[in-house]
Amino acid sequence: MAVRRGEVHALLGANGAGKSTLVKILAGVHPADHGVVHVDGRPISFQDPMDAMNVGISTVFQDPALIPDLTVRQNLQLSDIDEAAFTPWLTWFELEDLDLDALVRDLPLETLRMVDLGRALARDPQVLLLDEITAALTADQAERVFALLTEWREKGRAAVLITHRLAEVRRICDRATILRDGRNVALFEPNASPDATNGAATGTMFDVDEHDLVEAMLGAEVTELEERNESDSLSPHQPGSRSASDEVAFSVRGLTSGDVVRDVSFELRRGEILGLVALEGQGQERLFSLLSGDRSPSDGEIFVGGRQRRWSAPYDAVGDGVVLIPGDRLLALLPNLPVRQNLVVPLFSRIRQWLGLPADERQRVRNAIDRLSIDTRAASQVRRLSGGNQQKVAIGRWLVAGFRTLLCFDPTRGIDVQTKRETYALLRELAASGAAILLYTSELAEIPLVCDRVLIMHDGRFVEEQDAARATESSLLTAAHGLEVPA
Amino acid sequence: MSQAPLPAQAAAEPAGLAARAAARVAEHPTLALTGILAILVLATGFVEPNYLSVSGARNTLLQAAPLGILAGAQTILMLTGGIDLSVTMIATGSAYVAANQSPEGAVIAILLGILVGLVVGSANGVGVAVFRVNPLIMTLAMSGILLGLFTAWAQTILQGSTQMGPFIKLLGGGSFLGNRVPYSVVVWALIAGGLIWLLRRTGWGRLLYAIGDNEVAVRLAGVRVWQVRITAYIVAGVLGSISGILLGGRTGAVDLQLANAFLLPSVAAAVIGGTSIFGGVGGYTGTILGALILSVLNSMLTFLNVGQAIQQVVYGGIVLALAWGYAGLTRRA
Repeated sequence: MAVRRGEVHALLGANGAGKSTLVKILAGVHPADHGVVHVDGRPISFQDPMDAMNVGISTVFQDPALIPDLTVRQNLQLSDIDEAAFTPWLTWFELEDLDLDALVRDLPLETLRMVDLGRALARDPQVLLLDEITAALTADQAERVFALLTEWREKGRAAVLITHRLAEVRRICDRATILRDGRNVALFEPNASPDATNGAATGTMFDVDEHDLVEAMLGAEVTELEERNESDSLSPHQPGSRSASDEVAFSVRGLTSGDVVRDVSFELRRGEILGLVALEGQGQERLFSLLSGDRSPSDGEIFVGGRQRRWSAPYDAVGDGVVLIPGDRLLALLPNLPVRQNLVVPLFSRIRQWLGLPADERQRVRNAIDRLSIDTRAASQVRRLSGGNQQKVAIGRWLVAGFRTLLCFDPTRGIDVQTKRETYALLRELAASGAAILLYTSELAEIPLVCDRVLIMHDGRFVEEQDAARATESSLLTAAHGLEVPA
Repeated sequence: MSQAPLPAQAAAEPAGLAARAAARVAEHPTLALTGILAILVLATGFVEPNYLSVSGARNTLLQAAPLGILAGAQTILMLTGGIDLSVTMIATGSAYVAANQSPEGAVIAILLGILVGLVVGSANGVGVAVFRVNPLIMTLAMSGILLGLFTAWAQTILQGSTQMGPFIKLLGGGSFLGNRVPYSVVVWALIAGGLIWLLRRTGWGRLLYAIGDNEVAVRLAGVRVWQVRITAYIVAGVLGSISGILLGGRTGAVDLQLANAFLLPSVAAAVIGGTSIFGGVGGYTGTILGALILSVLNSMLTFLNVGQAIQQVVYGGIVLALAWGYAGLTRRA
């Protein structure tokens, strides 16, 4: 990948394609295992972020890199930034009213993003790396950033922009590099001079269709994957194996939480696995915390078995048989305790269960361990188990305790292929025995394998529903970008 | 970090026996503690031969019982990642109330004394679990409040008897079977049995460990964490009361400094016994040994007759060494 002076270069790819990792390598946060970074034609090796800054690379990371308990001014002093170089940028972003003595934790996220950006600019860099800078901004703030980038380009400086918003790419980017599974697979350029340095496919920027960008993010692997699915024991095209009944187990109407989740409605039937697909940061985390009782919605209703429920804590949701397997295993596990202690926690949610243990505690634990074939060789501390086995423990907890509706947040992220397959099979088995399952996954190939229907979420809303058996990665990713799926 | 294993491995070759012994000890931490206890007892016997007798053992146990019960309160709370710095003030206050009510009879005196622990424990629990006050701050502030209240009440509503009734004196300081077995040790044994059962064989015990290890996960698993925390502080408060009443019974008369000196030892006994201040790890068996070790140490330093100042320094140093050595052992596993 080459970034020229005077260009805004888009870096695109699906979740987990390696965009943020690449940015961190370029910013000197992570060392590169192999390969060389050239700046102005000279090879440079970065030991730490200071090295990158010294050669004129300045970065705005995906999450605010400010210390919450210090004021804005103190944060600037920490990073050795001259206030005089910083404040003009605040004016540019129409934030001249910002109180530099305000605590960072008291400022809204979008302001912090602008402070982050202003701080990066105050270093007067040659190359600006922006990781999802527009995701948290309001529309007019994003406009200011675009205006900045346009001017930036004219000054002959360079910028790399990571975004999920393809319209932005078409509007302000000169070229686009597409990453997939950590490789750059395509380069889109305005004048189709074939850039053959890495033998990647090339295209043209301005008449590039957004759908072509999506196709490039998926690449040739789509067909490969679909072939693999065909030979899989869990073939997707077996309507007979699907167990959905007509009985609605769980439904929500108009669920809203601030600007993050907006007017979400759906019905989940017994025996059904309903898929949910979204790009990062489209409100899916918040939606799951609403559905599991961890947060209360600002508006909307939740129904279990047709009756409206108001939950103030996960305790209430679990009492109604609605249970969550969190995406972050740190939220599910008791890392220093044995497998058994991890599995039995929900058995004691009520005070009357506190004195004594259920007579069949051991038996239940044994059953769950056998059913999930959890490897218990390192059972004395769950943190020593492999990621896949940890995930099994997180699932097993609810096999021990029992449930009616399962909310599964990206259960197969970062686990091995074998465990993935076991997980799919288990979910289908649970559905067949009458459970209702909502499955958010970042692995689009899972959808036709496991789900009955799939909902697509974009910018806090459900934008589309597809039949999972007919959904392709390309149709899902297109819809997830908020685009119309061609008929 | 990446270079650390090399020297360690090199050292393991000649010291293979020691390493194996260390690994064995790490597997059974109570063995190591029992060993330390035995060594301390023998060392004390060396200093003062009369110590190795029934009356020596009786005196050590008499000292250890109130400390062990206080340390039980700390153990429960430390398992959840909490602590109770007001536990000695609860003990003192309970003893004060029990002494004041002694003319009304032992049953009323003891029940009203325990009521102090119930009320203060509940207040601590609500502060920590509902209002999310840091346990150190909550219980430290509570300790100050209690000291103030009891100082004022000692002149007003609690004016009168500062002498414990005969039954409480017997319970705290008396012995049976020919003056061999102290009654307070029987109380301690009953409490110890109850605590070990609670921690090992009940859902509440499971939840204490779970909350100390990862509170968020326990909440998402459908547990009302605040309920567990409040009950833990209440149990700790009641244990503080019982300990204070026994201590008051032993000394016969109460004052507002009664249990002051026990605060740090109550935490130290739990830490020496292998309970982590950060929660999730530990148990009461270790705490019992920790309380015994501290009591023997105390006797030894008294017999050495080195003066209060040196005693304090040596005591603190040994506690530090034990806690540090123990932490090192268990981390290895």
